[in-house]
Amino acid sequence: MSWSRLARPTGLYRRPYAVTVQLSAADEAMLDGARGPAAALAMRIITGVAEAIDAPGLRDVAGAHIDGCLYNGQASLDFAERLVRLEAHVAVPTTLNVSSLDLLHPDLYRGEHREPATRLVEAYRSMGCEPTWTCAPYQLAVRPALGEHVAWAESNAIVFANSVLGARTERYGDFIDICAAVTGRVPDVGLHRDDNRLAGIVFGVEGVSDSLRTADVFFPVLGYLIGRRAGRLVPAIVGLEMASEDQLKALGAAAAASGSVGLFHAVGITPEAPDGGAVGISESMPRVEVTMSDLRSARDALSTRRDLPLGAVSLGTPHYSLSELRHLADLVGDCRVASGLAAYVSTSRAILAEAASTGVDTRLQEAGFTLLVDTCTYVTPIMERVEGVVMTDSAKWAYYAPGNLGVEVAFGSTEDVVASALAGRPIWDEGVWRD
Amino acid sequence: MIEGRSLVGGRAEGVALVLDEPLSFWGGVHAETGKIIDRHHPQLGASVADVVLVVGDGRGSSSGSSVIAELIRIGRAPAAIVVGYPDQILVLGAIVAGELYPERPCPIVQLSEQQLSSIRTGDRVIVEGNGVWVRGGGERQL
Repeated sequence: MSWSRLARPTGLYRRPYAVTVQLSAADEAMLDGARGPAAALAMRIITGVAEAIDAPGLRDVAGAHIDGCLYNGQASLDFAERLVRLEAHVAVPTTLNVSSLDLLHPDLYRGEHREPATRLVEAYRSMGCEPTWTCAPYQLAVRPALGEHVAWAESNAIVFANSVLGARTERYGDFIDICAAVTGRVPDVGLHRDDNRLAGIVFGVEGVSDSLRTADVFFPVLGYLIGRRAGRLVPAIVGLEMASEDQLKALGAAAAASGSVGLFHAVGITPEAPDGGAVGISESMPRVEVTMSDLRSARDALSTRRDLPLGAVSLGTPHYSLSELRHLADLVGDCRVASGLAAYVSTSRAILAEAASTGVDTRLQEAGFTLLVDTCTYVTPIMERVEGVVMTDSAKWAYYAPGNLGVEVAFGSTEDVVASALAGRPIWDEGVWRD
Repeated sequence: MIEGRSLVGGRAEGVALVLDEPLSFWGGVHAETGKIIDRHHPQLGASVADVVLVVGDGRGSSSGSSVIAELIRIGRAPAAIVVGYPDQILVLGAIVAGELYPERPCPIVQLSEQQLSSIRTGDRVIVEGNGVWVRGGGERQL
């Protein structure tokens, strides 16, 4: 897309929401109120965005995932309650991202916004959204199929849907997510279109030791590095022999936090990239050879301090899957978290219910972990004032928590975090990081 | 005048703050103060309130739109935003705020990369419709 084409001379005063986007008759009717005032408002916002981003038209989506249910101030509530007053109802199956509260364990919330956050929860529920309250909707029983178009918000969910499931969603944000759910329509741009899903930059990991390349901790660190370097290009990773969904989840979440990655391909692993040719990899494409030293630097950048006593640990960003909870319980074994140390694990209510049926939840609780659902420790006041550093196995948590919570953070593998939680002091195993 | 492309209409003026790196509003800007809180950002601590924010590109969380809308509501948003890429998350925050709080517009104009590079932090900038006027005053290398 050339700049000159974007810089259209349209006169000094541009009419707000002047629609040059090609709309269907049904879109036009919706804009005029044929499906009620809420759908008209939602369509007005979608066409406003479509115009700004130069979309040729709109397209259908089969489902939506809403991020706007997290309380980010009065504006988020004003918008949701306006839609409710206009009697908005979702037109496609719609799941909800985390709220600001643990609705099953409300006492865990320590903030001042319980009342508006609760009103926000009620607003989205009343519009017909499913009360899933998870940032990992891809861990629910029903998930989008390969090639299916959806409107997902929440950056880690977006990158997982596109990359691991091969579904198609743009990087939607708060507000347009519910507008898409109410109208069933989105601007037909970006990752909805074939051409934009091809790789633009290659990250080669052949130079990484086998022991690191197969370790869980490799994935969030690689994701952080890719996010910093990929810019707007779709990254393709070559040289990965295998990766679990949990590992790809950690990679994508990190890349979407440190950068704008909405889709990556792991050649030979993810569904659209059976080989390099399928995603357009060519000799002339920019290529980054990832080295052990790059990865050590990326890992180090994820810790703000490594010289403080341990104040707390936080796991489960994005929400832990059942296999991650099991792995954690196995690592803990019969041991207990050091006395007085706060240890949080975030997951969804659906995963917690599954964990309960196998007793994993009780094992973790007896070991001293607090299981948090419906929200996450870095988006809302859950943690007590921390003296010392918070240790996490999540690059995304490490990236955002210092800004959001004002805490110092130390990143490590899940094994490091568990060993530290049990010992009551930060411990790192440097084993896999050596050349 | 620099002729750009209006993404969200309106008129505003202020002193330019040119971001050295992309910024995610959610997790990157405090929704009550307008200060940059992203510890990885080189302009940590700077305020986006009332400035003409010059952004090469957006980044990170998709919740940025509600942070922008909230900053507009409380009067701590940038006076205007000049972007190098029509970032959906920025545009959306300003469009929704325009529906909710029409008395406080936050215009967004898109310029080419070359046009963007002519604006320096500290310049007095006026944004109106598709047009951007740069009055100078910022740091310039000789």
